Amino acid sequence: MKDTIAAISTALGVGAISIIRVSGEESISIVQKIWKGKNLEEVPTHTIHYGYICDGDKMIDEVLVSVMRAPKTFTKEDIIEINSHGGISTTNSILELLLRNGCRLAEPGEFTKRAFLNGRIDLIEAEGVMDLISSKTEKSRDLALSQMTGNVSSMIHSLREKLSDVIANIEVNIDYPEYEDIEVVTIEKMKESISYFKEEIQKILNRSETGTLIKEGIQTVIIGKPNVGKSSLLNRLLEEEKAIVTEVAGTTRDIVEGDILIDGILLHMIDTAGIHDTSDKVEKIGVQKSLEWIEKADLVLFVLNYNEELEEEEKELLEKVKEKTTILIINKGDLEEKLKLPSLPFPIVKISALQNEGIEELREKIKTLFHLEEIETSDYNYLSSARSISLLKQCLDLTNSIEQGLEQHLPVDMMEIDLKTIWNLLGEITGETYSEELIDTIFSRFCLGK
Amino acid sequence: MQEIIVVGGGHAGCEASLACARKGHKTLLVTGNIKNIADMPCNPSIGGSAKGIVVREIDALGGEMGRNADKSLLQIKMLNVAKGPAVQALRAQADKITYPKNMLKALQAEENLEIREALVEDLIVQNGTVKGVVLEDGEKLFSEAVILTTGTYLKADILVGDTRTREGPHGEKPSNHLSDKLKEYGFDIIRLKTGTPQRIDKSSIDFSKTKEEKGDSVYRTFSFDNQVYYKIEDQVPCHLIYTQPETHQIIRENLHKSSMYGGLSDIKGVGPRYCPSIEDKIVRFADKERHQLFLEPESLYYDDIYVQGFSTSMPRDVQEKMVHSLPGLEHAKILKYAYAIEYDAIDSKQLKQSLETKVLENLYTAGQINGTSGYEEAACQGLMAGINASLKLEGKEPLILKRNEAYIGVLIDDLVTKGIIDPYRLLTSRAEYRLLLRHDNADMRLREYGYQVGLISQEKYDQFLEKKKKIEEIKELLRTTKITPIPETQEYLATIPTTPLKDGISLYEFLKRPEVQFSHLKHFLEIDSNLEMEEQITVDIKYEGYIVKANKEAEKMVDLDNKKIPEDIDYDKIHNLASEAKQKLKKIMPTSIGQALRISGVNPADISLIMVYLKKEYHHESGRV
Repeated sequence: MKDTIAAISTALGVGAISIIRVSGEESISIVQKIWKGKNLEEVPTHTIHYGYICDGDKMIDEVLVSVMRAPKTFTKEDIIEINSHGGISTTNSILELLLRNGCRLAEPGEFTKRAFLNGRIDLIEAEGVMDLISSKTEKSRDLALSQMTGNVSSMIHSLREKLSDVIANIEVNIDYPEYEDIEVVTIEKMKESISYFKEEIQKILNRSETGTLIKEGIQTVIIGKPNVGKSSLLNRLLEEEKAIVTEVAGTTRDIVEGDILIDGILLHMIDTAGIHDTSDKVEKIGVQKSLEWIEKADLVLFVLNYNEELEEEEKELLEKVKEKTTILIINKGDLEEKLKLPSLPFPIVKISALQNEGIEELREKIKTLFHLEEIETSDYNYLSSARSISLLKQCLDLTNSIEQGLEQHLPVDMMEIDLKTIWNLLGEITGETYSEELIDTIFSRFCLGK
Repeated sequence: MQEIIVVGGGHAGCEASLACARKGHKTLLVTGNIKNIADMPCNPSIGGSAKGIVVREIDALGGEMGRNADKSLLQIKMLNVAKGPAVQALRAQADKITYPKNMLKALQAEENLEIREALVEDLIVQNGTVKGVVLEDGEKLFSEAVILTTGTYLKADILVGDTRTREGPHGEKPSNHLSDKLKEYGFDIIRLKTGTPQRIDKSSIDFSKTKEEKGDSVYRTFSFDNQVYYKIEDQVPCHLIYTQPETHQIIRENLHKSSMYGGLSDIKGVGPRYCPSIEDKIVRFADKERHQLFLEPESLYYDDIYVQGFSTSMPRDVQEKMVHSLPGLEHAKILKYAYAIEYDAIDSKQLKQSLETKVLENLYTAGQINGTSGYEEAACQGLMAGINASLKLEGKEPLILKRNEAYIGVLIDDLVTKGIIDPYRLLTSRAEYRLLLRHDNADMRLREYGYQVGLISQEKYDQFLEKKKKIEEIKELLRTTKITPIPETQEYLATIPTTPLKDGISLYEFLKRPEVQFSHLKHFLEIDSNLEMEEQITVDIKYEGYIVKANKEAEKMVDLDNKKIPEDIDYDKIHNLASEAKQKLKKIMPTSIGQALRISGVNPADISLIMVYLKKEYHHESGRV
């Protein structure tokens, strides 16, 4: 870990300012080589300086440079941050210049890896930072920031504390069996505690899953037969939100994929229109292909035509999406009604994509379905890494097995073994207990080892 | 000439000398007073939660404590019978006259063991290796290894109220210089404190105002020899009483006179958290209206009654008032006053897992000198120190019990890895895998080791193998014997009572029903077993799921414990190691990644750094692949 690493730490080309971060023993001396301004080797730590980045005599950019010396830095190493005026080519030139002068290009997450290995942050924070690096939207950046400052840790800390109270009580009952004046944890008391713990874990889990949605975005698939208005709906939504649009090669006029933002939450939209073979007359909707997309989706937008009766394939698909979070969208509401719907457990929104009607209502519906209002609050106590969620699910399973044991009247001290395991698992989330797999996971994620 | 010298004849010293002598080494036990061999200066009981299991473990390994307790019982009972099998443990009231007498007999019966009355004040040290001991009068005794089991006798001070007297229990002469010498050799010395309550004349107690606590009505033994030396009906009862509002009043009014609360200003010793004095209890748990006290008989041969739970360092006149405020003790005659004792101990982090010190080669320590408290904790360390000192002289690897193998392993690992602040008592909660460390299976866990090190005779070992084989056979029989929902069976099930069968099931599965006992199985087939086997089979089957889970967890720990850290590792070469972690690692020098992880202040990030260093740089530097 002796080499000095550098990377652009802001999204390229997006902001007005881009930051290039350099960390390692030689970071100050390397930057000094390409710097015109005060001697950075002599300035006090944690100060900002105005000057120029130069390639020999050629001035590249007018910049601000922050000098932070070890150990009070993010990585516990010397760090320099160069604030440039942005622009892809300028930022890239500065980075190239650094690399030519002795820096190595940092791998994704390597600053965090160093912070973790240098003992600067704990696991949960490290994972929070990893999320931050890959976060695509503002809201998910907030979430990542909140995880970094330890909100999740503190939630779990407090749950663990309550757990250890119960555990300690049971242990005392075991170690001092003859002392009557110590409260005995009976099966009934244990039942109470367990249902509380279960609820709390479930709460964190629910929020975590919403957290995952914030971070990874809501995979949304639009299905329906050709010409029912899928593409116009997508276009309308994209236009509405003026979001990032990716053109997929091979399509002629339809945009088949795109990201939109609803209140800061990313919806990754896929229009199945461009995917299946519309010339296949036997299977107009492309049931098989749609099914594959539905499988992966968090949200299904099922578009139907107001002035047509349901076709067999549509009925079949309606049956298939019953288990999914689905919104039925009835398009072309301005024509004569011919559609007869069986009773279905889905919310229905009537729109006219052409006349831009009902789009607002659809947005609201999506917000309600995913509890996005709740996420509005500034308290982002969500866990968002898959590892944490899987550990929490293990905890939840254990609470279930304790409940079963209690039903069978197994001794409380046996149940307590599972209680301790929960305590350990929660500790694993915050990095307070050690397990080989955990370290393996972390190392594989940070791709350490040459 | 002796090969091994054991200093101190308490519970640790006895086990240590017996282990060495029985392993064929000429052993000399040096003790301040032969009359105090295997003395019980505090409570008259052996065993208890977790501790009772340790006694079983000592017995399984070939130690003496279990057998000796069986020979000296006043009363015995199984604790936690209403709880799960993992936490059941035996506790006995042991006769304070008989127990030491029986132990002395056992010592004297050993050919290789010699006992000598003397005080040890220094060690003979050459090139960092201990070569013997120096007595008070300057006489030198040479040996190849030394085991120190000095108990509370290092610079012992007895504290009562505002008086401090330099003496050990029973007014014995303490060792005044040995701990200074140890300090000179490089040991870190800590000061600890413990206390003991009053002894009351039995005839002055009105037992009608107390609640009787009897022993069990079935025969119990600590030892796997299963030899019973007592009669159920002859067991001596204990008695339960409670402190009164008046008692609390007296204590509060006189608090400033207690040694611990201002009576003495120079207290350095740290007292045990789990065994607070009565004034501690009243100050710290002010809202508690009363506290339980047990009146325990000390012996059949004299009339002292021990007041468990009433330990104090109040002056004598206050103690009189306190005792007389208790129900049934209004006219009690105090035979011995309560006192606190302060003593020196070494920092247990300076020990290896074998109990050999890192400071001086061939020097072993066991018992209270290592910061523990309790007869059982002392005895098991003495046994391990004796075994390992002998193995070292034999040029063999030490016997190190893992945390999933024995409470003894838990205790020693805690001592050497975590160190102690207050006197260490074994608790069930210290064991991660207590379902594996049960009372019933101590022999299954440890007898093999006992045999290997030579403390278990061929005869006993064969008996053990026979028992093990039989248990397996019975389990197999239960697996293969099926019961079906025929009317006769259903009728019998209703008498247990348990729900009727739907389909045929094996007796093995049937026994898993919470309400079904082993005895119920005998309705369906004849089983050649004894109670001990039935107990173990029942636990193994009923809690199979949990045992499997615990074993899985334990495997993870064993994996980490098997990742060895080389002895010559230089922590200064590992960059970015947190300085607190580095300091602790250097002192404790853990032998495995697992042990390193258990050190408080060493966090997972540090462990990752060590592992990365070991995987890459260490191999390069040392030229290994």
